[in-house]
Amino acid sequence: MVEFVQGAYILAALLFILALAGLSKHETARRGNQFGMAGMGLAVGATLLLVLDQVTSYDSAAGWFGVVIILVAGSIGAVIGIRLARGVEMTGMPELIAMMHSFVGLAAVLVGYNTWIEVADFAGSADGIHNAEVFIGVFIGAVTFTGSIVANLKLSAKMKSAPMTLPGRHLLNLGILVLSAILLVWFMNADGWGGTAPLVIMTVLALVLGFHLVAAIGGGDMPVVVSMLNSYSGWAAAAAGFMLGNDLLIITGALVGSSGAILSYIMCKAMNRSFVSVIAGGFGSDGTVSGEDRDYGEHREIQADEVAALLADASSVVITPGYGMAVAQAQYPVAEMTRKLREKGVDVRFGIHPVAGRLPGHMNVLLAEAKVPYDIVLEMDEINDDLPEIDVVLVIGANDTVNPAALEEPGSPIAGMPVIEVWKAKDVVVFKRSMATGYAGVQNPLFFKDNTQMLFGDAKDKVNEIVAALG
Amino acid sequence: MRIGIPRESRPGETLVAATPKTAAQLAALGYDVVVEQGAGAAADQPDSAFIEAGIDIGTSTEVWSSDVVVKVNAPTDDEIGLLRRGATVVALLAPARSPELVEKLGAAGVTALAMDAVPRISRAQSMDVLSSMANVAGYRAVIEAAHEFGRLFTGQVTAAGKVPPARVFVVGAGVAGLAAIGAAGSLGAIVRAFDVRPEVAEQVESMGAQFVTVDMEQEVSSDGYAKEMTAEQEAATAAMYDEEARAADIVITTALIPGRPAPLLVTADTVAAMQPGSVVVDMAAANGGNVAATVKDERVVTDNGVTVLGYTDLAGRLAAQTSQLYGTNIVNLLKLLTPEKDGQLTLDMDDVIQRGISVTRDGEVMWPPPPVQVSAAPTAEQTAVLPVEKAPTAPPDPRRRAYAVGLAAVVFLALATLSPAYFLPSLTVFVLAVVIGFYVIGNVHHALHTPLMSVTNAISGIIVVGAILQAPIDQPVVQVIAGVAILLASINVFGGFMVTRRMLNMFQKG
Repeated sequence: MVEFVQGAYILAALLFILALAGLSKHETARRGNQFGMAGMGLAVGATLLLVLDQVTSYDSAAGWFGVVIILVAGSIGAVIGIRLARGVEMTGMPELIAMMHSFVGLAAVLVGYNTWIEVADFAGSADGIHNAEVFIGVFIGAVTFTGSIVANLKLSAKMKSAPMTLPGRHLLNLGILVLSAILLVWFMNADGWGGTAPLVIMTVLALVLGFHLVAAIGGGDMPVVVSMLNSYSGWAAAAAGFMLGNDLLIITGALVGSSGAILSYIMCKAMNRSFVSVIAGGFGSDGTVSGEDRDYGEHREIQADEVAALLADASSVVITPGYGMAVAQAQYPVAEMTRKLREKGVDVRFGIHPVAGRLPGHMNVLLAEAKVPYDIVLEMDEINDDLPEIDVVLVIGANDTVNPAALEEPGSPIAGMPVIEVWKAKDVVVFKRSMATGYAGVQNPLFFKDNTQMLFGDAKDKVNEIVAALG
Repeated sequence: MRIGIPRESRPGETLVAATPKTAAQLAALGYDVVVEQGAGAAADQPDSAFIEAGIDIGTSTEVWSSDVVVKVNAPTDDEIGLLRRGATVVALLAPARSPELVEKLGAAGVTALAMDAVPRISRAQSMDVLSSMANVAGYRAVIEAAHEFGRLFTGQVTAAGKVPPARVFVVGAGVAGLAAIGAAGSLGAIVRAFDVRPEVAEQVESMGAQFVTVDMEQEVSSDGYAKEMTAEQEAATAAMYDEEARAADIVITTALIPGRPAPLLVTADTVAAMQPGSVVVDMAAANGGNVAATVKDERVVTDNGVTVLGYTDLAGRLAAQTSQLYGTNIVNLLKLLTPEKDGQLTLDMDDVIQRGISVTRDGEVMWPPPPVQVSAAPTAEQTAVLPVEKAPTAPPDPRRRAYAVGLAAVVFLALATLSPAYFLPSLTVFVLAVVIGFYVIGNVHHALHTPLMSVTNAISGIIVVGAILQAPIDQPVVQVIAGVAILLASINVFGGFMVTRRMLNMFQKG
């Protein structure tokens, strides 16, 4: 039986690798997801068989109770999970994913405690390495748990998105790490219940660390943070694999952990930010915010019907959406406007900044939801060279990702971040609620450029007006 | 403050420094604008149109006594005499080539701003009058050439025989050259072009022309203008000019070096060797010309029937449009000089643009300004507006990295030796899986980041397996905790896969 289960685990691990590989291309993405489901089904199914096999051979009441627990808890979890997945708005995707990471983190903590209780209850003493595995698993799980909760709260705007900067915050983080290392040594040498104190203290410290790490990171960097937490949740699963001696958990956890880490790294590079400084927190809080009270001149306003006329006369249009489009749920009217313009022979394309929205690829998902064909949705690098030839650029709810200060003002907090250079186009129309600053809290000189006009109001209403005016 | 727009006094000048539209824009900046009677007549901007736009029409005296006088050509000596002390005059002054004018303006105690001295940086492009006029002139040069040329530009195969396309050779791929390339190309000609700055080859090709190369080392321009060449380079280039010009039907030369007479590129011998009926348009005629046979402002036909056009008013031949463009450049400049929009002109000498155009300030001669670096990256587009000072981070010592790696390896080996036997196989699996994870993601398409994240999120729910294995253990606490863990992890598994599927179903190709 054990051999059969091991074989199933190997197959499941392969399927997971295929799932990740498949997800890197549009053509194979759907199959990748199916591989993932198949792998998970195989792994869970084989584990259930193993458990049933053991329970029937010992035939203890506790064993059967355990099976009931597995089935009941699993079914409840499935129902909740499916309902969450069905019900979520595509704009709420980042929050949901952040929340789910917290579940994995908490589950890792629980599994870690269980492993330890199981051994300690027999007053047995596991060897130091095993204790260390438990300790590290709980630590990563706890950091992931609170970190993800904070990310979820920030993304759903239940918590202020501005970075929380405590004095000496790096020292605080470092202190927790050092303290945890000392507790680790204590825990490794503790017998039976003697390890309670170090384990519990460390858990509390790790929970604080997770909270503080993410709270110190500004909303603008949330895409990286979510991806990083994704990576942590993988490492947590791998640590659980070590303590249970389960290779499937190790492989899968390591896959998720390293792929999440590399994804975060790719995103940091897209923002021209050092990986370490994003993770250590405090984006935009160290640099002096330049031009706060500088006079940028005046912005010009435009009305929806004028925008419609501008678009109808244009031969090429680029739309650069941002988080504002997601908030206003404007993707459907935008898709409708795109369709109408394309029918009129206007070349419409989308330029997506790598960190637009609150998740990487957030905009792509929203546009796909509204049935915008994905071959007209281009990346920043693909669109930037074409922008000087573009007649009209519509900036819908984007701000920092189209801010020329990133290139022009060395003192700006976002200096050096590659941006979509919309101001090179002939006309730029910025859809915005007000003249407020974006997530990075930086004023945007784009709004005051000679070829920029502002269209104030709710993006969805305004795009609808444009669609109506286009006839 | 009052802005006066005088009638241009230069004979044959058609341009005017403001159209009704731009005059109204100036008025919106808080200025009182007075346009001299008949100033715009030659540019199809009648006085009535100005009046309609709410702009006053005044006499010459009224205009010249204004606080700010905006015109196209440099003021003549008489006109300088009309200026009030302390007044500001804005025009094309060519300060580098006319030191006497600078002297006189200084002596008159005025502030003189040269529109043709705007630094060629991105921020100043909206006031770069040379670019806007050169663009028009380049187009017009082709039209003039086509007018003189006795053949079609485009090649055709007709029932009456085959017509070869005209061959056009453009020297200098600045704004004028590129405009000429575009215009000639769209008429159907075969266009070849040369510029001493090799970095413009891409721009030439983007306009549909072929870039002619000379085999030699070239300097890259740092101030946006071409430089004069060394003797050696000159010889190689001269041979190329000769060869290209002989083969061409139309030659358009646009080579200028700031503050110097135009270089002579096409010799009398070369022109003599060209086919009868060929046309040469020398757009550098105002500065001495690139062609030996050029006579400024004249149409010359050589003995072998080659027409050489030395017109200097190419932009003025499209007077209405050029005036509008020039006027808009003026408006953009005054926007910069009137930050408060209160009709008060202020000069900020710390601003590179304002410093660059200031020839005299209240009688004090300010010319020449300190040089401006246009672009840090020579081949790239001019995205960097100002040279960004960036402290280079010291590259990490490669040896230090080697030591660190070595130390890590030693520590690892020591730990591995001390660890229990069951631990190492797991570690092997772990390390290999980490490596696979790094590579399997590889070039993930950017649009798929979110689905990828949600699928990995689902997969990390694999921890459910650990919890399932703990559930049957005969300890109530462990069982309850395992139950909670199973619940949480299965939310993840089901939710994650479902969300991914929903997202992927939305991606469609249109």
